[in-house]
Amino acid sequence: MKNIWKKHGVLERRSILLTVAILVVVSVGGLVEIAPLFYLESTIEKVKGVRPYTPLELAGRDIYIREGCYNCHSQMIRPLRDEVERYGHYSLAAESMYDHPFQWGSKRTGPDLARVGGKYSDDWHRDHLIDPRSVVPESVMPPYAFLSGRELELKDVQAKLAAMTKVGVPYTQDMIDNAKADLMTQADPFAPARDFKGRYGEAVLQRDFDGDPARLTEMDALIAYMQMLGTLVDFSTYEAEAPENLR
Amino acid sequence: MNHSITEPDRAPLDAVLLYVLTGLLALGAIFATAFSDDRLFRFHGYLLIAAFTLAFALLTVAMSSGRLRSPPGRYADGVIRAGVIATMFWGVVGLLVGVVIAAQLAWPNLMYFPEHGWLNFGRLRPLHTSGVIFAFGGNALIATSFYVVQRTSKARLAGGVWPWFVFWGYQLFIVLAATGYLAGITQSREYAEPEWYVDLWLTVVWVAYLLVFLGTLWKRKEPHIYVANWFYLAFIVTIALLHVINNLAMPVGALHHRSYSLFAGVQDALTQWWYGHNAVGFFLTAGFLGMMYYFVPKRAERPVYSYRLSIVHFWSLIFIYIWAGPHHLHYTALPQWTQTLGMTFSIMLWMPSWGGMINGLMTLSGAWDKLRTDPVIRMMVVAIAFYGMSTFEGPLMSIRAVNSLSHYTDWTIGHVHSGALGWVGFISFGAMYCMVPWLWKKDRLYSNQLVEWHFWIATTGILLYICAMWVSGIMEGLMWREYTSQGFLANAFVETVAAKHVENVIRMVGGLMYLSGALIMSYNLWRTVRLPSPVSAATTPAPSLIPAE
Repeated sequence: MKNIWKKHGVLERRSILLTVAILVVVSVGGLVEIAPLFYLESTIEKVKGVRPYTPLELAGRDIYIREGCYNCHSQMIRPLRDEVERYGHYSLAAESMYDHPFQWGSKRTGPDLARVGGKYSDDWHRDHLIDPRSVVPESVMPPYAFLSGRELELKDVQAKLAAMTKVGVPYTQDMIDNAKADLMTQADPFAPARDFKGRYGEAVLQRDFDGDPARLTEMDALIAYMQMLGTLVDFSTYEAEAPENLR
Repeated sequence: MNHSITEPDRAPLDAVLLYVLTGLLALGAIFATAFSDDRLFRFHGYLLIAAFTLAFALLTVAMSSGRLRSPPGRYADGVIRAGVIATMFWGVVGLLVGVVIAAQLAWPNLMYFPEHGWLNFGRLRPLHTSGVIFAFGGNALIATSFYVVQRTSKARLAGGVWPWFVFWGYQLFIVLAATGYLAGITQSREYAEPEWYVDLWLTVVWVAYLLVFLGTLWKRKEPHIYVANWFYLAFIVTIALLHVINNLAMPVGALHHRSYSLFAGVQDALTQWWYGHNAVGFFLTAGFLGMMYYFVPKRAERPVYSYRLSIVHFWSLIFIYIWAGPHHLHYTALPQWTQTLGMTFSIMLWMPSWGGMINGLMTLSGAWDKLRTDPVIRMMVVAIAFYGMSTFEGPLMSIRAVNSLSHYTDWTIGHVHSGALGWVGFISFGAMYCMVPWLWKKDRLYSNQLVEWHFWIATTGILLYICAMWVSGIMEGLMWREYTSQGFLANAFVETVAAKHVENVIRMVGGLMYLSGALIMSYNLWRTVRLPSPVSAATTPAPSLIPAE
């Protein structure tokens, strides 16, 4: 036993050896836990319906991140009875497979938003964002009235989709080329939408989200994002107990 | 500083290198700002131009006046004095923002301004967390590590002016991060919110920090590397590893502020919490244990309790901590095997944590009477006690069944604050109270009575804070899962929000008390610096060393 303590003296006399030993010791845990998630096929369920965000939804998501919504709202429903009854089907890994970065959150100062899509009307969302206490008197949420005054910035839409493809999101060249047009189409209920829906699916929402048809605002984008959250997977056909979905 | 140097006026190589680098960075910042069409990127561009140009101008003056020499026979203490000031400054700022956002949750009608989004909770909360963790804690760690590594190696800091680069480079990182959050520049990765170019800058600063630290160890006149330095080294090396991997991202453009993380969904979540939990493990634990291993024995004038215990708990702590990340993702879409591994190691982590606590507390053997007479010792001992408490609570909360109740609630917030306010805050305050008289060559603090006031006000504040969060966290967790006798959910979500109002107010009062303590301390330290010096600064002998045994 005495020998072990003596041997430790070697590390105490050589700073590089000590540094390397520290690096080796702290690398093990991460390698064992994280690395397999990238190649174990069972990590992400096989489901139908999950698609990349439309340009308008992606712009809304960037606003969601910019305003720090994740500080108070999770997007991860746990498979517990009360959560499933309160928020809906528990969240699947597949539902955030295109989320760079993930928005699971860690705190519920406000409710979970993983399946908030379709639960409230656009008008409710707008009023709630402008003055949360006008619709929920006990709320402690900050007001976001300024969103409806700000024009949505359009010049980097294409670059954003292109950057997403570089980290593995399957946007096609067609989607990137038409990003700006698709964004405007989605926020305009009277725009011809055949090409847009051909790219993102028939179920994609197309309307004037913020109730102000004259302008395309940040409010449009944020509401468009929230109204699609958790709506992509058709849970009437999803078999949670099927062997390929058990993890 | 000795200004009467008469050698030929040749600037040292380290200063020339820094001078050239600063000039290039200033040029780079000007071009990047000029060619960017991204408003937010340009905003940071202007900040960078100002910072680098100012640094370049100051270096020009300093080089031409021959001030950048580093006499090898003296410790480099100027950068540590600056670090102490920065620590207290950012500490007060970070705590103040914490009190403000606590007040926002208590009185949303008073504390929000509909047209000023940058004052909303979502933007201020990262400012608070980064402010206290990285600005306050980081400056405390850099300053004390520079102090400890010089004293325990009996060597001047390596790198000439580069320790100053580490100091000012780190302040620039803080300013970029803080202004970025207010402007809405964020990656949304908790405790790693700064965007890609700020991350790159921190990487450069951090590598310089590692080299200064290692370089000083290489110059040491003691055969053994003192135990505190193992912890500081583990903190520096591991934070570098965590920072680089967690921040891998693809920028939207070379001159665009926004980036998208390399990983998505489940892999991204675990990478982030591998980082997030080890920001706690290596930034807020290993680094501050290094602080404990120097300042507690030094102040108590007793050797570290057990050399062997420090070896065992050092290696087991750093090995086990890394595995604990998945406990932040219990019951999520993360595969269950990963969650179980994370939980198992989190529970094991209790032992090395308490190994450190025992080693710190028992160092006072034979000096327990100092708890009564020396409020600084008392503050550090209470810090170790809080460390013990929160490292017991942590493993408890990592058990899946407990976590199903505690996760997403205020209980987690309370847990973090018992560690941050109790352990990290108090051990740093203790170290600052020790260092200020030593660094400014005074024989005492201005007032021990004020330290007493600080101690009692802050301790009461912590207790108010964490008790309020225990009550509100467990209450909301139970209310979320409460069912009526007919089998319906008993509470709408907003009822659980309304139920926490009183606790939110108590939490704000607790935070305000803790902030008041820090203000009292700042005043006390400032008055200490202004005390007349008892001995001539030039004749101070090198302090004696406490061996690892």
